[in-house]
Amino acid sequence: MSSDVRFTDFKSDKQPTWCPGCGDFGTMNGMMKALAETGNDPDNTFVVAGIGCSGKIGTYMHSYALHGVHGRALPVGVGVKLANPDLEVMVAGGDGDGFSIGAGHFVHAVRRNVDVTYVVMDNRIYGLTKGQFSPTSREDFETSTSPEGPQMPPVNPLALALSAGGTFIAQSFASDAKRHTEIVKEAIEHPGFGFVNVFSPCVTFNDVDTYDYFRGAIVDAEDEEHDPTDFDAARDLILDRDREYQGVLYRDSDSVTYEEAHGLTANMADIPDGAPEDAMDLVREFY
Amino acid sequence: MPEDLNWAIGGEAGDGIDSTGKIFAQALSRAGRHVFTSKDFASRIRGGYTAYKIRTSVDRVESVVDRLDILIALTERTIHENEDELHEGSVIIYDGERSTMQDVEVPEGTHAMTVPLKSLAEDAGGAIMRNVVALGAACEVANFPIENLDEALAKRFSDKGEAIVENNEKAARLGQEYVAENYDLDTDYDLETTDNDYVLLNGDEAIGMGAIAAGCRFYSGYPITPATDVMEYLTGRIEDYGGAVIQAEDELSAVNMALGAARAGARSMTATSGPGIDLMTETFGLVATTETPLVICDVMRSGPSTGMPTKQEQGDLNMVLYGGHGEIPRFVVAPTTVAECFWKTVEAFNLAEQYQTPVFLVSDLALAVTEQTFPPEAFDMDEIEIKRGNVVDEDEIDSWLDEQGRFQPHFPTADGVSPRAFPGTTDGAHMTTGLEHDSLGRRTEEEEVRVEQVDKRNRKVETAKENEDWDYREFGDPDADTLVVSWGSNEGAMREALELLDENGHDVRFISVPYLFPRPDLGDEVEAAEDVIVVECNATGQFADVLEHDVLERVDRINKYTGVRYKADELAEDVAAAITGDADDTQEVEAE
Repeated sequence: MSSDVRFTDFKSDKQPTWCPGCGDFGTMNGMMKALAETGNDPDNTFVVAGIGCSGKIGTYMHSYALHGVHGRALPVGVGVKLANPDLEVMVAGGDGDGFSIGAGHFVHAVRRNVDVTYVVMDNRIYGLTKGQFSPTSREDFETSTSPEGPQMPPVNPLALALSAGGTFIAQSFASDAKRHTEIVKEAIEHPGFGFVNVFSPCVTFNDVDTYDYFRGAIVDAEDEEHDPTDFDAARDLILDRDREYQGVLYRDSDSVTYEEAHGLTANMADIPDGAPEDAMDLVREFY
Repeated sequence: MPEDLNWAIGGEAGDGIDSTGKIFAQALSRAGRHVFTSKDFASRIRGGYTAYKIRTSVDRVESVVDRLDILIALTERTIHENEDELHEGSVIIYDGERSTMQDVEVPEGTHAMTVPLKSLAEDAGGAIMRNVVALGAACEVANFPIENLDEALAKRFSDKGEAIVENNEKAARLGQEYVAENYDLDTDYDLETTDNDYVLLNGDEAIGMGAIAAGCRFYSGYPITPATDVMEYLTGRIEDYGGAVIQAEDELSAVNMALGAARAGARSMTATSGPGIDLMTETFGLVATTETPLVICDVMRSGPSTGMPTKQEQGDLNMVLYGGHGEIPRFVVAPTTVAECFWKTVEAFNLAEQYQTPVFLVSDLALAVTEQTFPPEAFDMDEIEIKRGNVVDEDEIDSWLDEQGRFQPHFPTADGVSPRAFPGTTDGAHMTTGLEHDSLGRRTEEEEVRVEQVDKRNRKVETAKENEDWDYREFGDPDADTLVVSWGSNEGAMREALELLDENGHDVRFISVPYLFPRPDLGDEVEAAEDVIVVECNATGQFADVLEHDVLERVDRINKYTGVRYKADELAEDVAAAITGDADDTQEVEAE
């Protein structure tokens, strides 16, 4: 790892095709800055992206990356990290990817507490398919597939994470570059599953959860002197759906990663060019 | 046919049938006898009929047969379930003191041998040992020296303390003595022993052992009958080699974790059965288009849907050959014996990495639950060679960078195999995606690039066809007019069937096919035979369909896969070219 890595080193030469003004620009910039500021470089970083507008991030960043199947980004990231714990693994996706088709994986990735960072670009809409309701859309949000609104409460991803034993739960806003970068940095540095839900407005299909809305509604937990290591306080903030919080809402300072608990430190890519030396012992076990 | 003895213990699930049967199988194996086991079981933890069956001989045994010589019946139902296999002279050992078995009637001609299993077990130290009492009784009936049981009992019970081992040894002897004192049967069963050393293992264990031997370090799976034994074997062993087993939340996750580990450079696999393969199908195409080496094992069971989870079927052939939307280059390898489960696993890992392609390792329930003896040399680890393919390190990476210094993970080489840089390799950073991509791994819909990438992925299969052996295994009379073709676990039964057929005057040539894609060209063999018969455990004859397809006269083909539909004038031109000239040219027209 070189110390002179700049965040632009994480930028590929491919121009993003996100709509002008899309929140994903800010989200990605913060991720790149956070990676550079935590001493990573493109050759030791692995980005896993889901499907959707947000999934294109792997193309616009420069690092090792895989853009996979809808909803399965987290399992891929977990596999990469466990096979080579020296890599910095960042998983990115949208609210549909993470909390709808991939919701099952989300809960279990949180429980597993593998040391990866998970950034969700939550725009509360399906953008790439041109505007259907998403798992985080409001109950009355009218879309082409919900003319009267979904009539179901939106998923509370932070509460899901907390109830699944999450060890780092945060929320940020794509247009607050400074705070967003700080928060992602903390997630990277957290030993364990660092989850950051990012308000990443869709300027084309969501006229409700807009930049203006978030600017007015966001409350920074730091300003409230919130102590993220206080579970009860974290729970109260997370369950308070009348306000939109930003900041690190919960952090378990005793977090033990899956890798630590299972003694996984080796780079599994390193293997001998024949069977392991004592492999005949495996055969003899069957006597 | 080997001179054999067929033995079974049956009762209700939860009666310890499996572990008791395993003890006897191990005792036989340690005594230098060959063993081939099978199980009748239901998908439930308690209740229901279950049995563990052993066929044993001093010669190799490759199959079960429809005959039972000694049956330990813990329930009356066990006797009824096996009525057809019992014969004149079969011995049925059961506890006549048991309230549910006092009025048992055994089939005519068989010997009823009531042994007070429970009381004798209590004399030895506890009723729980009644199955071991029965083992002792069986030793006496079969003229099998009881000392042979001791080692197997020690293996099973040593972690429970020496006293328990001794009690079990005593229980076995009480059973033996009871039979010796109370019965004088004129059966001629005689289980002679030899000095040979055998190991005893099942197909799932062989796959697990093959995986470790081949350098597999990452396994992610979701428990499912009959593939779970692979995962259980690896758990607690792979860690000794720096690896890990991850129990995922479902098969979607399992295959994606394995894919992630493979991207990181680990030799990686998952194993499942039909319902799990259905879920994993979602990711087949991603594995193939990202050119990720991955071994996906399908231990087949009866389908469709939940089907008969504990019963045999080879019903997934079409699934593994064709499953997944779009066209997915892949290899499909299917071991035909328990030992081959080991070797084909090793081969699957080499194929996966050499060609950066998903490899389906297709086993079946019959292989998974069969415990079979082999001399340890059958798994000679020195023969294993790890072939990692075109992995490039920091020193070699320069030659795979484009003019702008970017690594090209999907560079269209002549043989189709691109360079592979493990994450962490300096200057190797690259992306890849399930979207069609260019040589840099970036999304594209350009027709030329699309065609180039499809062709390059398919070219790997062509390269492999040329460079690797895709042989079949052959048995019987090579000049016979009748050709029997089979795949998977049927090989053993068919090999022994050849001898029976021969006794009845039928000459048969038998070809057992372990490679399902690419597969050996059987055109000449089919041509040379008068009758061709395909044997497989399914209703519709999926391999028979494949074979019929393979030997068909080829049609001319016009294909287009640029992503653009056919246009009338273009199609007229292509068809005309096919009529008048070389049909192969049509491909070029599209690629231009």
